[in-house]
Amino acid sequence: MKLIIATIKPFKLDEVRQALTESGVNGMMVTEIKGYGSQSGHTEIYRGAEYAVNFVPKIRLDIVVSDNEVDQVISTIESTAKTGKIGDGKIFVLDVEQAVRVRTGETGDSAV
Amino acid sequence: MKLKTIIFAAVASLIASATHAQEIAVAVPTDTVFILNSLLFLMAGFLVFWMAAGFSMLEAGLVRSKNVTMQLTKNMGLFGFACIAYYLVGYNLMYPLGTWASEGIISGVWGVAVLEAVGIDAAGADDYSYASTGSDFFFQLMFCAATASIVSGALAERIKLWPFLIFTVILTGLIYPLQASWKWGGGFLDAMGFLDFAGSTVVHSVGGWAALAGALILGPRIGKYTKEGRTVPFMPSNLPLATLGTFILWLGWFGFNGGSQLAMGSLGDVADISRIFANTNAAAASGSIAALILTQILYKKPDLTMILNGALAGLVAITAEPLTPTLGSASIIGAIGGVIIVFGVPFLDKLKIDDVVGAIPVHLFAGIWGTIAVVFTNGDASLTTQLYSIIVIGLFTFIASAIVWYVLKVTSGIRVSEEAEITGLDISELGMPAYDIIK
Repeated sequence: MKLIIATIKPFKLDEVRQALTESGVNGMMVTEIKGYGSQSGHTEIYRGAEYAVNFVPKIRLDIVVSDNEVDQVISTIESTAKTGKIGDGKIFVLDVEQAVRVRTGETGDSAV
Repeated sequence: MKLKTIIFAAVASLIASATHAQEIAVAVPTDTVFILNSLLFLMAGFLVFWMAAGFSMLEAGLVRSKNVTMQLTKNMGLFGFACIAYYLVGYNLMYPLGTWASEGIISGVWGVAVLEAVGIDAAGADDYSYASTGSDFFFQLMFCAATASIVSGALAERIKLWPFLIFTVILTGLIYPLQASWKWGGGFLDAMGFLDFAGSTVVHSVGGWAALAGALILGPRIGKYTKEGRTVPFMPSNLPLATLGTFILWLGWFGFNGGSQLAMGSLGDVADISRIFANTNAAAASGSIAALILTQILYKKPDLTMILNGALAGLVAITAEPLTPTLGSASIIGAIGGVIIVFGVPFLDKLKIDDVVGAIPVHLFAGIWGTIAVVFTNGDASLTTQLYSIIVIGLFTFIASAIVWYVLKVTSGIRVSEEAEITGLDISELGMPAYDIIK
């Protein structure tokens, strides 16, 4: 099992969720976050005074899938979240040691 | 045929004599004229009253969320104190009705405002040829309170409540009525031919000068300007409220300018009031658009708070002469007000004068512009007299206000502690946050 952490632009959430659901992903965790990457924020002007917006709003997706689904999920997120402009986000993949479904006690792939 | 001609002639002469009779009727005092004049003051008065709500909402929306309750408290407090101070001394100080202690400069009538008796008839009216005293008092009081409202926004987020209210009492009881008597009480500026229809200078600049003196003596909010000279934006708490406040002020301004026609007893007056309404509206519209377009060009994105200030600057600018301009010239006068805002706000920041809501550019800068602009549409105005009056009233108000602010500073202090300011005045001074009373 793998944990896929993806940061995406907030307006892409619906599109990404729909594409993932269609490709067979059953569940995901979504968090509203703020952060910055290589472009390190941007500037705005309020009443003539410039200020830096260091942390840009993003959506973080946490998705646990079995090993054979990983490539499919990554490519789905990549293709739907992409705008080609700065700030499209990142995808990280981590190993997951165990998963348990609380209601039934199932473990491993059948629990996700 | 001949008979028809005779009848025509008879009807024509009847109409002519009826018209003649009407013209005489206007000159002779009647209940109708008295009632209509009083009605204008009462309706315009409650519209100007409503501007207090506009100022409150605008200021509540533009301060940071930790200072909203305090800003509302100041607005309620200043309005109440303005009403008392104007009743106790202000009204008679502003309208000496010819009884001067020093001719054209200081009223000789010092005392409370007194209304007409209950249930008067024509003989019991103070001025049967004009309007009821109660309606005039009510109307003029609202102008006085508006002047005080201008000050609160500029000094928000760091001034102590009580010293601010003490200043309000002196402004509305003495400073405002005294200088207003020079123009509207028939004083020396009026005698010189100074023209200020509804108060670009007498009301708005005066509020602006008092605010400027206060802002200089009070100093900027902590962290507003960095050592490198950069301006740090402080984000407004609620833009829907600020926008609602601006539209409320816009509505109230119809009473402010329309009521300043000061009479509604004739066809000519009503036509003039209609003209004033339309011109006032045109100036506000073009002021907001000027700020919208200019911020789009300068900053690549329109700035709503500047657009709100722009509409108000348009209104302030047309206030000195809302009657004589055409709709076109009213629009130009208002638009220049909007332009003044977009450059005036950063200009004050460059001088490190911290004006939280833009009250000084709106009321002082646009007020000066509007007072000068009278000469473009009213042939009776003289540029020299307009400039002289702007300077005289400006110097008097600025110096008098500065003295009061300074005395308050060295006696009670006018600024909250650093800790209170950073925590926010709602919690530190009032113990009551504006948006979350449970926590």
